[in-house]
Amino acid sequence: MKRRSVVKVLTLAASIAAIGASSSVLAQAKTVKVGILHSLSGTMAISETVLKDTALMAIEEINAKGGVMGHKIEPVVVDPASNWPLFAEKARQLITQDKVAVVFGCWTSVSRKSVLPVFEELNGLLFYPVQYEGEEISKNVFYTGAAPNQQAIPAVEYLMSKDGGGAKRWFLLGTDYVYPRTTNKILRAFLKSKGVAEKDIEEVYTPFGHSDYQTIVANIKKFSAGGKTAVVSTINGDSNVPFYKELGNQGLKATDVPVVAFSVGEEELRGVDTKPLVGHLAAWNYFMSLKTPENAVFTKKWGDYAKAKSIAGHKDKPLTNDPMEATYIGVYMWKQAVEKAKSFDVDKVRVATYGQTFKAPSGIVSKMDEQNHHLHKAVFIGEVKADGQFNVVWKTKGPVKAQPWSPFIPGNEKKKDIPALMADKKG
Amino acid sequence: MMRSGSKGAALVAALFLCAGFSAHALDRAAVEKLAAEDNDEKIAAIGALVAEADPKAADILRQAAEGEVEVDGKKVEIVVNNRVRAAIADALAALKLLSPEAADRAAAAKVLAGGADAAMKPLVEKALAQEKDGEIRAALETVLAGMQIKGDSKEERLAAIRTLGGSGNPNAKTLLLEAAADPDADIKREAQIGLRAVEGRLAWGERLGLAFAGVSLGSILLLAALGLAITYGLMGVINMAHGELIMIGAYTTYVVQGLFRSTSFFDWYLLAAIPAAFCVSALVGMGLERSVIRWLYGRPLETLLATWGISLVLIQLVRTLFGAQNVQVENPAFMSGGVQALANLVLPWNRIYIILFAAVVLVLMWLLLTRTRVGLHVRGVTQNRAMASCVGVPTARVDTWAFGLGSGIAGLAGCALSQVGNVGPDLGQGYIVDSFMVVVFGGVGQLAGTVLAALVLGFANKLLESWSGAVLAKIAVLVFIIVFIQRRPQGLFALKGRAVEA
Repeated sequence: MKRRSVVKVLTLAASIAAIGASSSVLAQAKTVKVGILHSLSGTMAISETVLKDTALMAIEEINAKGGVMGHKIEPVVVDPASNWPLFAEKARQLITQDKVAVVFGCWTSVSRKSVLPVFEELNGLLFYPVQYEGEEISKNVFYTGAAPNQQAIPAVEYLMSKDGGGAKRWFLLGTDYVYPRTTNKILRAFLKSKGVAEKDIEEVYTPFGHSDYQTIVANIKKFSAGGKTAVVSTINGDSNVPFYKELGNQGLKATDVPVVAFSVGEEELRGVDTKPLVGHLAAWNYFMSLKTPENAVFTKKWGDYAKAKSIAGHKDKPLTNDPMEATYIGVYMWKQAVEKAKSFDVDKVRVATYGQTFKAPSGIVSKMDEQNHHLHKAVFIGEVKADGQFNVVWKTKGPVKAQPWSPFIPGNEKKKDIPALMADKKG
Repeated sequence: MMRSGSKGAALVAALFLCAGFSAHALDRAAVEKLAAEDNDEKIAAIGALVAEADPKAADILRQAAEGEVEVDGKKVEIVVNNRVRAAIADALAALKLLSPEAADRAAAAKVLAGGADAAMKPLVEKALAQEKDGEIRAALETVLAGMQIKGDSKEERLAAIRTLGGSGNPNAKTLLLEAAADPDADIKREAQIGLRAVEGRLAWGERLGLAFAGVSLGSILLLAALGLAITYGLMGVINMAHGELIMIGAYTTYVVQGLFRSTSFFDWYLLAAIPAAFCVSALVGMGLERSVIRWLYGRPLETLLATWGISLVLIQLVRTLFGAQNVQVENPAFMSGGVQALANLVLPWNRIYIILFAAVVLVLMWLLLTRTRVGLHVRGVTQNRAMASCVGVPTARVDTWAFGLGSGIAGLAGCALSQVGNVGPDLGQGYIVDSFMVVVFGGVGQLAGTVLAALVLGFANKLLESWSGAVLAKIAVLVFIIVFIQRRPQGLFALKGRAVEA
């Protein structure tokens, strides 16, 4: 009796193991896991949630066309909840437990800085889709958003020009963390190189999630009495809603004091009454209002996808924005690179990603630089319209190569335009 | 604030030269010029349109500002940036400057006072010569002075500086600052005198603005803390879920807004949302009191832990029901925009309404506590439970009512907060610390203390913020509270008498 049951148990265990093994073999043959690391709650959820959906849409498209190298892509979605240390934990979990081939994620620079050591230690691969301050080239990250010379500097140059209003005084307003601080450091050096005096630059920071902008808007008014002023806003996350509401309510018009924002797009302005904000600016590498055939396809795809998945807000009023475009480009570039490398191995995919091109929704052929891990992008400057869309008032003639090491930060001239570890190897 | 550019030259020259021209139909060519790539051409075209003095010119310009003009049934797209938009606004004002309606002329003068181009001078002079209304004259004189200050005649410039020195317009300061850097000693001296006068007047606007911001923040803190003043202050329950009751009030407002969206009374949804927010939060609060808090009276540590747990449950519940992202609560039309109190001071309507709302809630609560039987019972129970029970007060039921009242007021705070900030599951977390700070600082158990503390902290925060920035201000206020509580643990207003021991 006893022996019989032991045998039974053993066979059962063996068969379970066999099933498990065979199914895992099957899974390995047919699917590849990719991680999606965007805040779905907390202060950054306003911006990041749609990036998760965009990545899922791109993955669904690729899967519908047979996947990548015959593998179906299986997305693993995690929520780091706008909590920077949690980003690192979740990244580690994605790479070590879920064994993802690549991660698409992060918005704020502080979250990217938090996951960076994890990706470098475990040799993971991250596609980062948001404009940022530069000062970084990691061999484990591909940056599909803009570097300062692809967004911030052209925007400030535009505001200085006759068409932009010829601003003489500058109010640099941001959320208190690494991206706004570094961007403003670069802008300050840039403005000084253009002959702007120290007294004509004011730098102000607010905490994440700040919601009372009364004093700041009053200070902008006061500052602007000293000469034609432009405000450069690097406010991130849901603080933008109370900021723009206050701006509208206090009657600060764009024709008097234009505000140019680097982290405000179509999505952030949803739910804000944009009629008093007409004429305020944003600088991006993509706007939903761009009239290109690629964009028509992209916006239609997104609208259909949002309706099919019943994505809150987007199912009734689908909106696309720059980081969504950058996410979309990133997923496809990774797919193309995998197919070129014929492998999911991070080192092989990295090499294959160099020089990849993709016909972007913005209408240009976006190329991943052969060396510096950044995308070549066209720059657009748009003014807010009454319907919350942007009216493109200025653009570059073609794609601009990124300068991750800004020449306006001292010491950068010595830095090489390739990831440090690889520079050492070559070096 | 000055608008640069040469838009005015073509505009006004055309205006005067062509005054005698017969108005001919606006042709496609003019509109096509408006649609030109180059902004200088566009601005010239705007000048030409004004010159035609066709009644349709204003209409076309208004359409152009929207980005699309309809000609012969066809729509032509026009890219308008801020520079062109300013030119259009000036052109529209110029068209109205000689209008027979006084209101139109006043509005036009106000637009031009924002910094009109010197080329408009003859037009402004003509309007000034015809104008009889004193206020509009004064406005036009300022506009004219803004042009003369950059002129060639020294006499005119000095007169212009004196006129500008008498105005309270922020734009006058910009112009005087430029003049104060003039190489001519007379002009420099005069400009500096004028500048001091203007700055003195503007300073009043700034001070009042700061005071308003302080009252506004104070009223928000007061609303957030009033409910806690009852549950914590009077009843002694450390309710960590207070912030979540505020959040529930805000979400109730969101739901009510959704119900009103398809109706034509959308602007009045707040009137329905106020009682709804009160009731929902009050019911949740009473439920909590009956189910959890009741069993923990007199055990502050356990209450703290239990209510903290409840707060997490409520956050997650809302996240599951409404999603993790913020929801949009729109301001009704009457709460958008602001009222121009001084030349450099605009008071936003939403903040004015919230200050009034806080005052009304405060008065109602005070009346309820001091003038009604329920209020008497609440005070009786909180001062001496055993004695109140002896004389027949149903203490258990009074506890529930009092907790419900405190929670309901938290719901009202949520309703108000939804009009100024973001509504998300974490909304309450941002206010719980502030609420406790206000109640403790004011003195536990004292309504007057809570009111005073809210206003003091509101003012202190705004004063420090304008001086040291938002990040440091927040730190400084917290440090101040810690030091204050160490020195005076009973808060601003201390309870006196036997109630202290109860």
